[in-house]
Amino acid sequence: MKQVHRAIFIFIFLNLLTCFVLHPEGGTMAGKVKWVTDIEKSVLINNFEKREWVQVTESEDWNFYWMSIQTIRNVFSVDTGYRLSDDQMVNHFPNHYELTRKDLMIKNIKRYRKDLEKESSPLAEKDENGKYIYLDFVPVTFMLPADYNLFVEEFRKNPSSTWIMKPCGKAQGKGIFLINKLSQIKKWSRDSRTSTFVAASSGKEAYVISLYIDNPLLIGGKKFDLRLYVLVTTYRPLKCYMYKLGFCRFCTVKYTPSTSELDNMFVHLTNVAIQKHGDDYNHVHGGKWTVSNLRLYLESTRGKEVTNRLFDQIHWIVVQSLKAVAVNASPSLTSSTANDRILKYNLINDTLNIVTPNGDIPDCRWNRSPPREAMGNYQVLYDEEQAQSENAERDLRSRSGQSLGSKGSKGSAGVRPAAATWK
Amino acid sequence: MEDGTDVSLSIAQIVQRLRGSHLHSQLERQAKDCLHRPEIKLESLKEDVRSFLRASGWEKRLQNAVYRELHVQLPQCHPTAPAEHLKEPLAYMRKAQASWEKRVLKSLNSMSTELGVPLARMRPAGEQKDLTNKWNEMGTDEPDLSRFRPVYAPKDFLEVLISLRNPNHDSSEDMTVKSHWGLIQVPLNIRDIPQLRQAYSELNLNNGQLGIDDHAHVHPDLFENNYVHIGKKVVVEQDSAAAQQYSRRGCPTGLRSDLWALILNSTNQPQDVMHYEQLKAGVIQHDLLVDYLIYKDVKLTASNDDYYFVFEDFLYQVLLCFSRDTAVLEHFKYNSATPPKSYVHGKVGNEEFAVLYPPNGVIPFHGFSMYVAPLCFLYNEPSKLYSVFREMYIRYFFRLHSISSSPSGIVALCLQFERLLQAHLPQLFYHLRQIEAQPLRIAFKWMVRAFSGYLSTDQLLLLWDRILGYDSLEVVAVLAAAVFAFRAENLMEVTSLASAEAVLADLSTLKVMPLIQIFLFATAI
Repeated sequence: MKQVHRAIFIFIFLNLLTCFVLHPEGGTMAGKVKWVTDIEKSVLINNFEKREWVQVTESEDWNFYWMSIQTIRNVFSVDTGYRLSDDQMVNHFPNHYELTRKDLMIKNIKRYRKDLEKESSPLAEKDENGKYIYLDFVPVTFMLPADYNLFVEEFRKNPSSTWIMKPCGKAQGKGIFLINKLSQIKKWSRDSRTSTFVAASSGKEAYVISLYIDNPLLIGGKKFDLRLYVLVTTYRPLKCYMYKLGFCRFCTVKYTPSTSELDNMFVHLTNVAIQKHGDDYNHVHGGKWTVSNLRLYLESTRGKEVTNRLFDQIHWIVVQSLKAVAVNASPSLTSSTANDRILKYNLINDTLNIVTPNGDIPDCRWNRSPPREAMGNYQVLYDEEQAQSENAERDLRSRSGQSLGSKGSKGSAGVRPAAATWK
Repeated sequence: MEDGTDVSLSIAQIVQRLRGSHLHSQLERQAKDCLHRPEIKLESLKEDVRSFLRASGWEKRLQNAVYRELHVQLPQCHPTAPAEHLKEPLAYMRKAQASWEKRVLKSLNSMSTELGVPLARMRPAGEQKDLTNKWNEMGTDEPDLSRFRPVYAPKDFLEVLISLRNPNHDSSEDMTVKSHWGLIQVPLNIRDIPQLRQAYSELNLNNGQLGIDDHAHVHPDLFENNYVHIGKKVVVEQDSAAAQQYSRRGCPTGLRSDLWALILNSTNQPQDVMHYEQLKAGVIQHDLLVDYLIYKDVKLTASNDDYYFVFEDFLYQVLLCFSRDTAVLEHFKYNSATPPKSYVHGKVGNEEFAVLYPPNGVIPFHGFSMYVAPLCFLYNEPSKLYSVFREMYIRYFFRLHSISSSPSGIVALCLQFERLLQAHLPQLFYHLRQIEAQPLRIAFKWMVRAFSGYLSTDQLLLLWDRILGYDSLEVVAVLAAAVFAFRAENLMEVTSLASAEAVLADLSTLKVMPLIQIFLFATAI
């Protein structure tokens, strides 16, 4: 697969993302942007129409194609794929599955950490218990059936622990379940004797199993997760933006770590798709809170410093994940409530404003950072180019006699100050 | 010399209230224990003990307790004035309140009879056990609430206020056209803008405020950082009076829960926790009809709210306990309302068998749970949340649904709202009146709830900072008028009550402090 080009637009969610690829060939066309989509979602179509872009079909000359997963696979598959021209953008990165498939995500993070260790990067520093200080953001995880024996070894160290099984290739909470006994995953022990190659390529039976965190932060006694939107406009150097209006999704049923509730998926999983079918699902607010509500609550109950540190760490994790992997897949564009529809419409609007400034036809040579006014509700998460130029300055200064302190080397690893906010 | 007698009377009252309190016994114990200390000398015993109490923070705690008593103290009155004058000096107000109460109680009693649900009932053992297990998730319970209706809604109460008349006041004497424009027709003394400017001087345009000068585009060094620094010192000092003064310009989000607890003197001591646990035991033991009203109210209001749905279970835990808390009865000494009395079956009229119902004397109405909901953003420990709410209720919220002449009472707030609008936006007021869209009909529901559920939470908390800071609900009326002023242009275009309601339906994007500041300090008078 040809290496990523200069101007790539990647659009990601915490574990999903979408990428736009420009191909460095051909010329630009004058006139309105021509768009195609095979996803009938109003938040997309309304945004295209508002810009007076022209809708065309797949077989015609198009500039902008918002594709479903299946279409993306075809475009980038070895057999049926085709090259994009200079003025074409699509919304998925070729190896998009590197992030949405959970086993690949884990592999990438583990490999990334090893790579950093090999280059003696201070980011890979470990504490006295052997835990990564800065890169410990994934719980202990194994791939099944490949790592079954390794998993059993770990399980036996804490036989009362709970683990969560997630199928590699599914989303929206499908197929996830919890276990606290080895007998519950007997099936994967049988299969471990078959070759890992067979299991991996079938895709269906592959799972990741992670240590379940049974003391999550609860609000109002309920568990929640975060849905954040991150936009990446170039991968090398890494430039990414976080949408300020992410949201939290709450479980409708009270959280309890009690083992009798392990089967009750409404308690443990926060995916809207699952919560929607619970008795208590409310269609007015959809069990969701804005991230600013979360911030207000945390600042009020825990204090501002702790809250700032939390959000810094979240941003850190996002950037490190991006560096570890290329990303993929389709964000949910289905809106569950009126508020949700408005959010997603504005999200797409702000996104399009960044990737097609002034509504211009895509041009792979474009690689500027957008001015602040054009960012809408996005804020800069990480700008590697800027970081590198600041780094060069600092290197100059440090070479003149100052010690590096806790900042360490930048380069591809990025900046991670130990205590202060990392901006 | 009259002032001197007033002060000594005040002191005597406060001493009497604090005598025998837990704080009193703690102070005594501290004083006794400190006698062992080397710095305490026999020849200067009194001064040394006092110094010790000051240095160890006990004097400050006593100061805060005294400060708290000042807030709930009965107004000074003629020594032979009857108790009811302390509740409400004006006879016609007392009468109106009494007849309103009768109506409410009648409604409650008939609901009880119609539905066959007793006002109170002991729970069988099985049910008690169930409830104990489900205490933290009562929200998942689905009792059949369809038969229950709220006892009253704010609009019912508004009709009563509109019909209030002072029999001693011949309004025909004062026949300026404007004074008859509004719905409230009683002559209470309310402040105009020049007086408000003086009273709320901390809010003027020259002073930094939270809610304005902490905006993202303003550099924090200009105001915010220094203000937060001062706030931290106030918290360390543990001084109620300082916290109250500080709160006038807003509380930083990270310090607000501590500051409010200080202002309200909610210290969450072990005895407070124990008191809460006792209330909880009461809830488990017996079931009250008002419990269903609470369930219904929470399900109808907070559960559907974008911000507060998360805290549904906390609301039950607070409100069910609140209904059973007889300590709340204290506040009826200065509340124009009187707790409803009920009689044991068959003994109506026989005072020996009279029972206050509910035990705390407060019958919840539609929207009541919204008084508690915003506090859930600040306190996540049930007994602390409870104690802060209770104090807020007996200092402020009760005034929003009882008929009285108090300047913080709902009648005065309504009148003030109308007068402010009439004085400064006469054209708008006249227009709305002509199309039969009396402004008070729209603003009333906001004021009864002190805007809870209408503003976004961060803005609401900034408003409540000022309620606490100025120890008055007046700012609620000012904000209501400021909202109308803000949307005046659109309101001038409407031609019906429904479209006026629509223009004012969504306040969730409003920033309260700029609105209040502009209305008070940038309006030409």
